[in-house]
Parts: sequence; C-alpha cells; structure tokens
Amino acid sequence: MIRIPQSLYDQMIAHATQGFPLEVCGILGGTGGNVSVMQRMTNTDASHEHFTMDPREQFAVVKDLRAKGLTLLAIYHSHPETPARPSREDIRLALTPDVSHVIISLADRDKPAINSYKINDGNVRLETIEVIV
Amino acid sequence: MKITINGKDTLIGENPERTIGSLLEELEVPQRLYVTVEQNGDILDRAAYETAPVNEGDVIEFLYFMGGGR
Repeated sequence: MIRIPQSLYDQMIAHATQGFPLEVCGILGGTGGNVSVMQRMTNTDASHEHFTMDPREQFAVVKDLRAKGLTLLAIYHSHPETPARPSREDIRLALTPDVSHVIISLADRDKPAINSYKINDGNVRLETIEVIV
Repeated sequence: MKITINGKDTLIGENPERTIGSLLEELEVPQRLYVTVEQNGDILDRAAYETAPVNEGDVIEFLYFMGGGR
C-alpha cells in the first residue's frame, strides 16, 4: 500500500492535465510507504507516448530526499490516452528496486484514473493507494 | 579504501585496477546497461565506465534509468 496526501494526489492529476497531450513524470518521496513530497520531473522525450527522466534531475532529487531523511517511494507518469496500467515498455524499464509505479490515466479526461503498481522482474502487482485527507 | 556510494561510507579492498565498471560488478548491480553513474559530481559517459578509475575518497552515486512508454 502507498499512502498519498490528497493535496499531492490532486497535484499529480494537475501535473498530468497541464502536461496533456504529452506524458509527464515525477517522483514521490517519503518514508515507510507514506508519501510526503512530490517532485515534478522533466520528460526529456517530450512525447505523448514515452517518458525519460533527466539523470541530472534524478540525482538532485534523490540527494535532496536523502538529505531530508526521506526515500524515493514512487515514480509516477501519465498515460494521456491509455489506461492506468503499465505498458510492456513500462514493465521492461521498471528497473529501480523497491519503488512503486504510479500511473495517471487521462483516457477519460473528465475522470482521471490513478493506479499504483509494484513491478519486479516483469511481475506486476496492483497495490492499494490510500488517499489521506 | 574508503569511498561513498549513494550516500553511504563504504570500505572496499585496495585494487589499483578497479574501474567504475568493475565496481558495479563487485557490487553485483544488475542491469548495468541502464545504470547512470555520477563520480564526484560529474555524470560519466557510459563508455567511460570501464576506464574511469575509482580513487580513495570518491563520492559515487548511481541510479537506474527512469522511463517508460505506452
């Protein structure tokens, strides 16, 4: 399970909506499955069907989280046109160990959908998102 | 010798032949093709992994490619 404050949950949706029709991406940090920070990242692909994070930004965010006593809990990205489930490419490129993969779907723009997954060695498991109000 | 890996002080045996590439191998880092390495604040070209020496006091960070697609 991953716990996300309502405000950050809403900010992820806002990020995806503002970035539409391109994919957006970002990082969620926190401790013990409790998300406390969200960081928007640059999608260097600037694509509606791919995302790649900038390694310089990745290093900066990971170091910042560490300095705050937090860890990288999740990588999020949007699917502007497809459901909130990992694509084959998402699964193949889910390389960072022990993180959640949060996907925001805007396939129905009036009703964004968010799911979170654990992906290890190609095995995909849907996990519960608890939104903390 | 002492180096810092992903923020943790780490003691490793002396080995003048050690490179970034061989260090990743020693650490049994899987999927090394998708790993980006920063050494003392500089991101290394992947082509340099097998030649860049690891020196006493180095601060090394590595992380995986983060990306995907529909």
